[in-house]
Amino acid sequence: MAKTGTIGDTIFRTILIIFASTILLIVVAMIYMMAVNSMPTIRAFGISFLTGSDWKPASNIFGALPFIFGTVVSSLIALIIAVPISLGIAIFLVEQAPKKLATPISFMVELLAAIPSVVYGLWGIFVLAPFLVNYLGPFLQTYLGWLPLFEGSPKGTGMMLTGGIIMAIMVTPIITAVVRDVLEVVPTTQREAALALGATQWETTKIVLGNAASGIAGAIVLGLGRALGETMAVTMVIGNSPSISASLFDPAHTIASVLAANFPEATDEMYLSALIEMGLVLFLVTFIVNGLAKLLVAKVAKDSGTAKAT
Amino acid sequence: MRNLVRNLFFTALIFTVAIGMACSGGTETKDGTSDAGGSVKLQGSGASFPKPIYEKWVNEYEKVKPNIKIDYQSKGSGGGQKDIIAEVVDFGASDDPMKDEDMAKAKGGDLLHIPTVLGAVVMTYNLEGVKDPLKLTPEVIAGIYMGDIKKWNDAKLKELNPEANLPDAEIQPVYRADSSGTTAVFTDYLSKTVPAFKEKVGPGKTPNWVKGVGAGAPRNDGVMGSVKQNANTIGYVEIAFAKANDLPTALIKNKAGNFVEANIENISAAGAGAIKDMPDDMRIKITNAEGENTYPISSFTYILAYKNQKDAVKGKALVDFLWWAINDGSKFAEELHYAPLPKEMVEKVEAKIKSITADGKPLYEGEKADAKKAGE
Repeated sequence: MAKTGTIGDTIFRTILIIFASTILLIVVAMIYMMAVNSMPTIRAFGISFLTGSDWKPASNIFGALPFIFGTVVSSLIALIIAVPISLGIAIFLVEQAPKKLATPISFMVELLAAIPSVVYGLWGIFVLAPFLVNYLGPFLQTYLGWLPLFEGSPKGTGMMLTGGIIMAIMVTPIITAVVRDVLEVVPTTQREAALALGATQWETTKIVLGNAASGIAGAIVLGLGRALGETMAVTMVIGNSPSISASLFDPAHTIASVLAANFPEATDEMYLSALIEMGLVLFLVTFIVNGLAKLLVAKVAKDSGTAKAT
Repeated sequence: MRNLVRNLFFTALIFTVAIGMACSGGTETKDGTSDAGGSVKLQGSGASFPKPIYEKWVNEYEKVKPNIKIDYQSKGSGGGQKDIIAEVVDFGASDDPMKDEDMAKAKGGDLLHIPTVLGAVVMTYNLEGVKDPLKLTPEVIAGIYMGDIKKWNDAKLKELNPEANLPDAEIQPVYRADSSGTTAVFTDYLSKTVPAFKEKVGPGKTPNWVKGVGAGAPRNDGVMGSVKQNANTIGYVEIAFAKANDLPTALIKNKAGNFVEANIENISAAGAGAIKDMPDDMRIKITNAEGENTYPISSFTYILAYKNQKDAVKGKALVDFLWWAINDGSKFAEELHYAPLPKEMVEKVEAKIKSITADGKPLYEGEKADAKKAGE
């Protein structure tokens, strides 16, 4: 850092450093608090807290695996559905849609992103769940029922599939909005150059996407963040049963929802400690999943970069 | 590097100053509440189940005593217990009586349990074509929640309801996903009546639900919605929620062997039925109580207050409010589907309220002023 010589710059820099360090401070303080408060269960269960599949608070038996499973799988379902759709919407908005159409659609995407999750949850209970039970569920059961994924019958009282789909719907506007912004900053000259060389629209889009890859990745990670931490809407439709089942028709549970639902009434020390440790686990899961996502994206970006060069 | 160190030092300095300021500012506002111009502010927190009646009471009481402002935050029984233990509120509220070890943690000395109203947990269901209220025994309810009774046309259900047109469909039980007093009352009842349930699931706010049986829904409205939306479901909710949504409620077989409806009288009867077993500190669970008409899945809900109030002005306000609530306030209970305390109980609770002191002096000064004003 070179000395600039003015007091103004020093003050400016100090303020920026304060702002930047708050993030660090908050993260450190949170991890520290959670670690301290979850000591009783960390001591009592050690690693078996992560690998145990029994969650019996009344008997002080705590295994977080069903919740980790539920969180990861429901987020995965959400991304599998939301990513292609979001990319499709964003590409359409930026590359294809006439302005008259793009503006209202953009507006609606932003509107969807701002709806509180409890509203999604209510919609999930009253619209999505019945639709899945009466139409999509039986369809999947008839044609894909041989897959363990669709074993049994769809349950309106809550199942993994509903949780994943509701998350997908919540995540889509976020990913779409960010991807759209990212695509918009890819220079028009690139598109013009590609088209001038005789590339089709599809090929041009591919080049644009390649250049925007890291931004798109950021968008997906952001969406994933919302999915992993989503609480209310998911709790309302996922069935909240801490069991691990291959079938998407069975109820599941997520870390965020067990925390939110049980924390206010938890008085028992061990139980409280277990719930706080779940918070730590969610930190860990988010960290790992985000890391993996970043790695994957870096690889994709690299691949598409080389593809472009050849 | 030196710059960085200096900047960090600045940062630390600013933080210290900021935090210091925040702290001193905090204490000032805390102290200023009780004696500002004769108006008293009471802060309470706790159980969500009595929230509607407590809010009603607060509103009505403000008409009687405009200078007393009461704020009640419904954050759950556990939260209410924690808050009163830590003395961050003037009164707590809990559906569950506190445990001995938690009482011992209380910072302000002896804690009193003041019962305010009674509530009940009802079994509600969604069965097409079944008109008359379903009859259920604790054994059958436990069987359903343990996964032993899987279909609606199970022989045991048919035996209880020979008239009903029970479908050949899987029963989908719904339970509370969140930790709740409602669940505590429900499982306490089944644990008392069915030994197998006690062993497998057990009593508590978050019992060990059997894996693969049923699904959880958040809060009373979640269970409500789930049952309302889905055919062949059964769930347990606080009575007010079932009444507000026009859902059917089952008749439950009580200790005397009668199938009883959950109504105000029968719930109050549960309170009366428990009086002879009432301990001095009033901490009691009244599920499966004695009495011909007693509705068996009933419970008290409590306000938690310190026997020795630190602030005489606030303490007086609290005592007057509690006295008013169990006497004049009780008339507001029924419309909100709570059962008022049975007459025999009111006297005992009054004695409890009279025992609240500040600096060794009782705070209750007789009914004169309050009772007359409230009656108008």
